[in-house]
Amino acid sequence: MLVKSLKFRDSLLSVAEEQVSILSNYSDRDFSSYLKNSGIEKLTSRKVEIFQVNLGKMCNQTCRHCHVDAGPDRKEIMTRQTMETILEKLSGTGIRTADLTGGAPEMNPDFKWFVKELRLLGIHVMVRCNLTIILANPKYNDLPDFFKENNVEVVSSLPYYQKSNTDRQRGEGVFESSVKALQMLNQKGYGRDGTGLLLNLVYNPSGAFLPGSQASLERDFKKELSEKYGIVFNSLFTITNMPISRFLEYLIDSGNYEYYMDKLIDSFNASAAKNVMCTNTISVGWDGYIYDCDFNQMLEMKVMDESREHIRDFDLEYLDSREIAVGQHCFGCTAGSGSSCGGAVA
Amino acid sequence: MDNYYQSKDLKKFGEVEEFNKDLAKKFFDYYGAVFAEGALTEREKSLIALAVAHAVQCPYCIDAYSHDALEKGCSEEQMMEAVHVASAIRGGASLVHGVQMMNHVKKVSM
Repeated sequence: MLVKSLKFRDSLLSVAEEQVSILSNYSDRDFSSYLKNSGIEKLTSRKVEIFQVNLGKMCNQTCRHCHVDAGPDRKEIMTRQTMETILEKLSGTGIRTADLTGGAPEMNPDFKWFVKELRLLGIHVMVRCNLTIILANPKYNDLPDFFKENNVEVVSSLPYYQKSNTDRQRGEGVFESSVKALQMLNQKGYGRDGTGLLLNLVYNPSGAFLPGSQASLERDFKKELSEKYGIVFNSLFTITNMPISRFLEYLIDSGNYEYYMDKLIDSFNASAAKNVMCTNTISVGWDGYIYDCDFNQMLEMKVMDESREHIRDFDLEYLDSREIAVGQHCFGCTAGSGSSCGGAVA
Repeated sequence: MDNYYQSKDLKKFGEVEEFNKDLAKKFFDYYGAVFAEGALTEREKSLIALAVAHAVQCPYCIDAYSHDALEKGCSEEQMMEAVHVASAIRGGASLVHGVQMMNHVKKVSM
C-alpha cells in the first residue's frame, strides 16, 4: 500500500506534462478522430449546470487509484478569499448545483463556512465525502449532523461491498470505517426513503477493468450492504478509473497500461461521448483556475481561453458554450457505458 | 508459430467470419442473446461461463470470463467457488465411472 503521494516521492508521474506525454505517445488512435467519426466535430459545452470545486489536495487517505494524487502530505488547499470570489461570481447565475471535492474537502478549515454560504445562495451542495474522514478525528464526528442541517447531498466512494477489495485500493481499515460512517449517516436519515437526505455511493473497479452495469451493481450493493450491515443508500454511481496520476502509476508498474488503454479505446461509445460530464460541468481548482473537468484539472489543461481561465475572470456566457479541451485520457469517460462524477452516461 | 495459443488471438475471435460470414453472424448473434440478462442475471451467467471455461480448459475463455466476472462485480470468492463447481463436476464425472468399474469387476470376479 502506498503511504505517500507521487509528488512527495518526487515521481516523474507527479508532473502533468509527463502524464500527458505518456498518454499521447501510446497510440496513434487519437480521441479527437474518434469524436469526429462519431459526428462530433468539436466537443462543446451545452450549458454549465454543475459547478465543481476542488477544495484542496489534502486527504486523510492515500488511495492507490487517486487521480488527484491527494494525501496527508499534500498541503494545497483553497483559501477563503478564492471561495469568496466563487460565491460572488455564482451569485445571480442560474447554476444550481455545487459539487465539492478534494482530497477530503472537509479538511479545508473553511469548508463549513463555504457550504453554508452556498446554501444561502440557494445552491444545492454535493460533497464527495470519503466516509473515513468522519471518524478520522473527533472534530469531524459532527459531519453527519452538519450535512443534515444543510441538506447536503453526500456522495461517497465505496469500491466494493467487501473488505478485501476496498482496503487494497483505499488502505487498511478503510472498509470498516466506511461501514461505521455509513451507519452514522443512516442514523441521521441519510439514504432513507422520505427524508430527502441523499446518500449516493460511488463504485470504481479495483483494478485494470471497466465497471459493469450500474443498475446490476447497484442491486448487488444494496442487497449485500443491507443484509450484512443494515446500510441503505439511494443510488450507486459507477465510475471508470482514469489512466492518470496514481492509477497510471499502478497500470505501468503492474504491466497493465497497454492492456487498459486498448480496452478503453476499443470500448469507445459514441453515445457516451455525446453526454460526457464536461458538457454540463466546470471544475475549479484549489487555486481558482477553471478547467473543463476534474481530470483536465489534474493534467493542468485549463479552459482554452487564457483570458478567462481564472475564477476572477469568470465569464458564464463563454463557459456555457466553450469548446472543451480533450486528450487521450478522455477515452476514460467514453468507454462502455461511459463515466462521469454522476456515474454511467450511456 | 511458437505456441498453440496466443493471447492476442482472443481479440481476433470475430475474424472467424472471414471464412464463413453467415455462420459467424448466426453464432455471434446467438452468443450475444445467450449472455443478455434473462431469467439469470448477467453476473450469474458470467460465473457459469467462468466455470465452463475451466471445465473445457479454454485459456481464451478463462481470460475473457475472469475479466468479465470482475466487471460484473463478482467477488474473488464467488469466482473461485465457480471454479470449484467445475472441478467437482469434472472430478465427479471421473469418480462416478468407478461404479462402472465396480460393476465390471463384480461381474467377472468370483
